[in-house]
Amino acid sequence: MTVFAPGFFASSPVHVALVIGGISAVVCGLVGTFTVLRGQSYAGHALGDLAVTGGSASFLANVSPLWGFAGIGVIAAGIMDMIGIRRPRGRDLATGIVRGAGLGLAALFLYWDTTSSSTTGVSITILFGSMFTTSTSVVPVVLAFGLPAVAIVAILFRPLLLSSVSPELAAVRGVRVRLTGLACLLAIALAVSLSAITVGAILSTALLIGPAAIALRVTNTPGRAMVTAALVGLGATWIGIVLAYDSFYWPPSHDGWPVSFFIVALIFFSFLVSQLFGRRPGRVIRAEG
Amino acid sequence: MFAAFMINAWVTASIVAVIAGVVGFFVVLRGAAFVADAVPTGAFAGAAGASLLGINTLIGLGVFALAGSLGIGWLSRKARRDVATALILVMMLGLGALFLSFTVEYSSEIFSLLFGEVLGVSSNEIVPVAGLAVVCVLAIAVLYRPLLMSSLAPESAAARGVRLSMVELAFLVIVGLATSLTLPVVGALLIFSLMIGPPAAARAMTNSPLAAIGLSVVLALVTVWVAIAASFETNWPIGFFVGAGGAVCYALGRLVGHWRRSRIRVRPAVA
Repeated sequence: MTVFAPGFFASSPVHVALVIGGISAVVCGLVGTFTVLRGQSYAGHALGDLAVTGGSASFLANVSPLWGFAGIGVIAAGIMDMIGIRRPRGRDLATGIVRGAGLGLAALFLYWDTTSSSTTGVSITILFGSMFTTSTSVVPVVLAFGLPAVAIVAILFRPLLLSSVSPELAAVRGVRVRLTGLACLLAIALAVSLSAITVGAILSTALLIGPAAIALRVTNTPGRAMVTAALVGLGATWIGIVLAYDSFYWPPSHDGWPVSFFIVALIFFSFLVSQLFGRRPGRVIRAEG
Repeated sequence: MFAAFMINAWVTASIVAVIAGVVGFFVVLRGAAFVADAVPTGAFAGAAGASLLGINTLIGLGVFALAGSLGIGWLSRKARRDVATALILVMMLGLGALFLSFTVEYSSEIFSLLFGEVLGVSSNEIVPVAGLAVVCVLAIAVLYRPLLMSSLAPESAAARGVRLSMVELAFLVIVGLATSLTLPVVGALLIFSLMIGPPAAARAMTNSPLAAIGLSVVLALVTVWVAIAASFETNWPIGFFVGAGGAVCYALGRLVGHWRRSRIRVRPAVA
C-alpha cells in the first residue's frame, strides 16, 4: 500500500482541504495555547458547540456556514463575558447555560433546515465537518477570520500572558483585564469557527485544545509553545487528510473514513504520549483557572 | 397530549428530570459542569457504535459513558482537568463520527440522539431506565455526606478520612449512569441544560442542601413537562424547549439570588 494514494496531489478538493485545514490548524494552535493557559478549554468547547447553531442558521439563510460559525461565536463570547465568565467559580456554569440555550436553538434551526429543504445531510456536514466539499472561494474568508484571531493574540501577547498567570498583578500593572479577556474570547471564537469547518463543529475543540496541551507539556516558554502547537496541529491535520484520502480503499464501505476521525485520533494519541512521557511542565505554564 | 402513545414519554421524561435534578445539584456544587457536559456528549458515540453492531443503544451508551468518566478521572491526574476532559470528549466524538460514517440512513436517528426524541421512547425501555434511576438515587443517598463534604470543603473532608479520589470517581460513574439513561430522551447535547439549569437556580434560592435538591427536582420536572407540552403543540424538537427552559431557570436563579443577597446580609451557608 502506498502512503499517497494515486491522484492525491492532483486532486483539487485535496488542495483546498490542505490549505484550509492548514490555516485552521495554525490559527487554532496559536490561539489554543492561550485557551489552555487560561483554563478556558470549556469556553472553547462551548463555542464549538455553538458553532452548530451558527452553521444551521446559515444554512437556513443560505450563506456559507463559516459566516454562521463566526457570527454566533462572537455573539456568544459577548454574552459569556456579560454573565460572568470572569469569576472562576461561576464561569463554567455561565458557559454551560449559554451553550445549552444555543444548542436548543440549533435543534430548532436544524429541524427547520431538514423540513424546509430535503438536505438531510445538513446536520452531518455541520456537526462533523465538510473539508473535502469546501470550495476554493472559502479560502479568502478563512484568511479573513484567521488573521484577526492571530492578530489579537500577537498584539495582546504580553498583557494576555500576564493576566492569564496573575490577573491581580496584571491589573496592578495597568492591564485592562476584562477587556483583554473579552478579546481573547473573541480570538477563540474565530479560531473555533475555522476549526469547525475543518473537523466539524462538535469536534472543533480537538484542534484548539489538543495541540496546545501537547505543546505546553513539551516546551517551556509560551512563545515556543505557540509555535509547537501550530506545527503539531498542522501535522495532525495534513496526516489526517492523507489518511482519509487513503481510506477510500479501506473496508468496510469503500466510501472513505471521516477525516475528522483521523485528525482527532492523531491529536489524542499524541496528547497521551506527551502526557505519559513528556517532562513535567515548567513553572511558567502553570496558571490554574 | 395525554394519549396512550404519549404516556411513555411523560413517565420517562419525569424519571429523567428527577435524576437530572438530584445529580445536577452535585454537578453544580462541585463546579463539574464541563464533565457533566462531556460525558453525555461523548456517550452519544456509544449509541452510534451500538447501532452499528446491532445491539441495544442503552448498552452502547452505558459503556461509553462509563469509559468516558473513568478516562477523565484517570487522565486528569496526569494533565489539567479541563484539558483532559476536552480531549477525552473529542476522542469519543471522533469515534462517533467514524461509526456514523460506516452506517447509512442514520441521519434522522443521529438528530434524535443529539437533540432528543421523547416520542421514540417505547414501553419496554421504561423498566431499564427506572432501574438505572433507582441505582443513581441510591448511590447519591449512600454517598450523600462524603459527596457534600468533599464538594464544599475538600481539605477538611480529607482530614476526616474521606478519600477524595474515590468520591470523585464514584461521582463520575454516577454522572455516567445518569447520562446513559437521560440521553435518548432529551438528547446528548441538552441533558446538560437539565443538569445545570434547575440545580443552579435551586442553589441560588435556598441555602439548605436538601431543600435545594428538592427544589432542583421540582424545577427540572416543570422544565421537562413544559418542554414536552410545547414540543407536542408546535412539533418543534424538544431539545429547543429544554435548552430554553434551562436558561430561564438559571436567569431566575440569578435574579432571586441577587434579590436575596440585597435583602438579607447573611453569610452564605452553601458557598
